[in-house]
Order: sequence, then C-alpha cells, then structure tokens
Amino acid sequence: MVKDEKKLLAEFQAKIDKGVKIEPKDWMPEHYRKQLIRMMSQHAHSEIVGMLPEGNWITRAPSLRRKAILLAKVQDEAGHGMYLYSAAETLGIDRTEMLEQLHTGKAKYSSIFNYPTLTWADIGAIGWLVDGAAIMNQTALAKGSYGPYSRAMVRICKEESFHNRQGYEIMCSLAFGTPEQKAMAQDALNRWWWPAIMMLGPSDDNSPNSAELMSWKVKMESNDSIRQRFIDRTVPQGDHIGLTFPDPLLKFNKETGHYEHGPINWEEFFNVVKGNGPCNKARLKARVDADKDGKWVREAAEAYAMKHTEKETLAA
Amino acid sequence: MEKKDTQWPLWEIFIQANPGIPHKHVGSLHAPDAELAIQNARDVYTRRNEGISIWVVEAKNIRASSPEDIGSFFEPANDKVYRHPTFYKVPDGVKYL
Repeated sequence: MVKDEKKLLAEFQAKIDKGVKIEPKDWMPEHYRKQLIRMMSQHAHSEIVGMLPEGNWITRAPSLRRKAILLAKVQDEAGHGMYLYSAAETLGIDRTEMLEQLHTGKAKYSSIFNYPTLTWADIGAIGWLVDGAAIMNQTALAKGSYGPYSRAMVRICKEESFHNRQGYEIMCSLAFGTPEQKAMAQDALNRWWWPAIMMLGPSDDNSPNSAELMSWKVKMESNDSIRQRFIDRTVPQGDHIGLTFPDPLLKFNKETGHYEHGPINWEEFFNVVKGNGPCNKARLKARVDADKDGKWVREAAEAYAMKHTEKETLAA
Repeated sequence: MEKKDTQWPLWEIFIQANPGIPHKHVGSLHAPDAELAIQNARDVYTRRNEGISIWVVEAKNIRASSPEDIGSFFEPANDKVYRHPTFYKVPDGVKYL
C-alpha cells in the first residue's frame, strides 16, 4: 500500500514536471486536493464578495457610459465566481459546503474587499490597482497544474484586462480634470496602494509550505516576486498621470531595474484577514442576507422543475 | 418541514463557437432545470459572443472512462499502424492515392 502510494506520487510528479495537466478523476495526493480546494474556494469567494464594494457605486456612476461599464464589470465578477466554484466542485466539494464555509467565516476571501469605497475615484483605483494586482497573480495561476483551475484562469485573465483598463481610464479622467477631481484620484491612490500591495499575500519568509506547492505547480511564483512585478509595472502608470504614491521610500533602482519600496504594514494585513478590517462584518452580512433572501427563489425554481418532470413522466 | 437547500443540480455546459465546428465543453453550473441551465450558461459562458449554440447535460448523466485504465483501455489501438495511410508503400510517381 505504502509502496503503491509512492509509485503514484512519483507518476503524479512526473506528469506535472512534463507540463501535463491533472484532471478531476486522476489520482492526486490528498494535500494537493485540499490545498486546491482551499485556494479555489477562497478565490471564488473573493470574486463574489468583490462585487460588493463596486456594486456600491452602480447607482451613482457619473454617466450612463460609466454605469454600463461598471455593471458589466460586476457581472463579470459574478461569472468568475461561478467558473471557480464549478472548477472547485470537480475536486469533490459541493457549492453548498463552500458557501457554508464562507458564511460561517471559516473560509477567507481576499483582504482587499474589506476596505470601503468612499468616492467614485475608488472605483478607478480598484480597477487599476486591485484588478491589476489580481491579473499578476492570475496569469501565474493560469499555468498551474490543475486542469479545471487553469482553464478557468485563462478565461478570467482574458476578461480582467478590460477591468484593469476601465479603472485606469477613470483615474486618467480624474487626474486630468479639475483640481478637486485630481485630489479625489490622489486620495483614492493613497488609500488603495498599500492594501493592493498587501493583497498579493504575506512576504516569502512568512509564507508557509510554499516549496511543495511550487513543485506541484499549485503555486507558480512567490508572493514577493509577483508583488515586485506589480509595483514595477504600476508605478510608471501612476507617474504618467501625475499622481504620487503614498510611499516616501519608493524609488527606482537603476542597477536592478526594479522599484524599491518602504516596509509593508503586515500587522494591518493580518488584522484585516482576522476579520477586523473596516468592512469585514458588513461584507459577510451582505453575503449571508443574499443567500437567505434568495432561498425562496431557489426553492420555487426547484419546485417548478420537479412539477414539470412529473408531468413529463406521466405523459410518457 | 424544512427542505434541504440543494443549490440546484449541476449541469455540464458545451458551447459551439461558430457554425460548422463541434460543441466544446466549457465548464459547469447549477440550475433547477434544463431551460434555466441554458439561460444561465448564456450569462456565465457567452458574455462576449463566445457561442451560437449551447448544450447542457446534467452532470450525473455523464459517464466517463477511468484514468487508471488508460493503458489497457486504449492499448488495442497501439499496435495497429496499418490503420494509418502512412503505413503503406506506394511506388514513386503514382499520384492521387
């Protein structure tokens, strides 16, 4: 038995090393399955909870164009959540269980969505920074070893680039607008920059069991390396529209070709993850209420479907 | 009596992107019946003109070969090279064969 497991594990690793995707019915180590369920459900929850801060501004978007765009973006996030829940279900967990874990606070979602969207500029900052950071992470995950997750990620990445651009466009309009509008954009950058940097996860020396996950291609790149790429790409975009990053130590190092940044406030990050961010309670309550309020719809649709099946059976 | 909240059965979704090509599996979703599965599939999987036709199949109705048997199951095709046209020798100069 033990030998069998060893052989299976060796075959599993060989497949991954060759770049062959692991599919739902293939043998996989229990830890691989567990870790993927944890990551994918967390990712799905983030997409769903992520609709809340932006949904907050749909009714107050400054023009019909912006409203249509924001609606489409929020609808995409719902779609991304659906792709990911169904991809996670291929690992043998069902959606009811995942939702239960979210609603009881057992499962986490991205820390970033526990910050409030105070002004319209925040919608710009979210698209530009939050979706920008998410894309960095997701393009790496698209190369991961689990077939259904990687395929969902490819779809998601394709759709995210519009999210990123529409956000930057909002920031541009504000940055080149009236002094008040520019101040609004600057204020949004000030509030979202650090949380966006943190959302890519704890620094490498504080990120447990990465080696095994890397060799299994569950995790493709270290948090710090993704974070560095995000900063390197994003800072020039901000400079270009005359905004200032809220980090006095941020500077370009000509020798390394990378930006150096000031220390990250990890205490704040872990505090938000633990549930003490500005909006944790409101976000969770909104999800729990939506599930409760939608229950009668699910039941009614199910009853309707049942009645029809009965009729068809009788007619046959 | 409190009924169990099932979140609806799972459906596998197949999309035809253009006329003349096969439907391709794109993922799955939950729906109470086939009609709503098709509507949900439109919203979840074709927001950007990805398809012109949708098939939905309730996941529990799909049977699949098992990955453990890959070797023996597909083995019979391995030693039958004569099923491929390249197996046959044709004299030089002969055309349209």
